[in-house]
Amino acid sequence: MPEYPLEGRRFDGLVRLESAEPRGMIALRGTPEELSSALEESVGLAWPATGEAAWTGEVGALWMAPDELLLLVPQGQAQDLVERLGRSLADRHHLVADVSDMRTLLRMSGSGCRDVLAKVTPADVSPAGLSIGRVRRSRVGQVAAAIWLRDGETAEIACFRSVAHYVFDLLADAAHPEARVDYWTPQGADAQA
Amino acid sequence: MLTLRCPCCGVLADETELAPGGTAHLRREGPEASDEAFEAYMFLRDNPRGVHFERWRHAFGCGKWFHAARCTVTNEVFGTYPAQTAAPPEEVLEAIRRRRPEWER
Ligand SMILES: [Zn+2]
Repeated sequence: MPEYPLEGRRFDGLVRLESAEPRGMIALRGTPEELSSALEESVGLAWPATGEAAWTGEVGALWMAPDELLLLVPQGQAQDLVERLGRSLADRHHLVADVSDMRTLLRMSGSGCRDVLAKVTPADVSPAGLSIGRVRRSRVGQVAAAIWLRDGETAEIACFRSVAHYVFDLLADAAHPEARVDYWTPQGADAQA
Repeated sequence: MLTLRCPCCGVLADETELAPGGTAHLRREGPEASDEAFEAYMFLRDNPRGVHFERWRHAFGCGKWFHAARCTVTNEVFGTYPAQTAAPPEEVLEAIRRRRPEWER
């Protein structure tokens, strides 16, 4: 069984940080023209629009690049889906690989998500720039990461597993209880009004 | 701070999300080329104060290469466009001429 570097870690401050439950992750590469029908048959999801995520329950298709998606599936289901996709794409130019151990998923929850993220990434994390349904690949501190919201107060962050503790510590620093900014929180919205 | 709109994913990317790739639209000299021609391809650049066409990679984002037209004096960006081209598109050239009427390629 793979190991999850952040298992058991938790931080409570301006937001709560914790390891998201482990999930299967699959890299799917190729053109949407060639691959979208197989994706629809095997996963039940249409190819997501540029920079967006498509979800059905806990299964997600995250747009990574014009020719790349990251599929999220419940733990233990990745290998089976890789095989099914591989079979249905046998005559198409494609790449499908189980990359479950490549990245780690963090969950950040609370009304301070946007404030905390804004401290560590150059990405636009305003409600317009990072709306629910968008996937933003960017930089978090010194490393690459992908950020998306599951709802108004829950963000998920994917980073390479080798830097998982770095990202967790960086976010925990940014979420220190005495480092409140209140720009995007409800209190901040009141102050701006 | 330089920000460029990545034409591949639509994101307005901060300079720190990007990796520079040098001058765009260089034509590599083939195997029969003279040493002088290859040297010019390899080393000689106009490097004007002003309009440059550059290659950039959205390294921390979608990972794709794209092109940008930028003024190296003011950092004004005239436009960004996909890398699958051998020359700047007409709308980018027009944007440059509007802002720099004296400019010639
Ligand atoms: Zn991009």
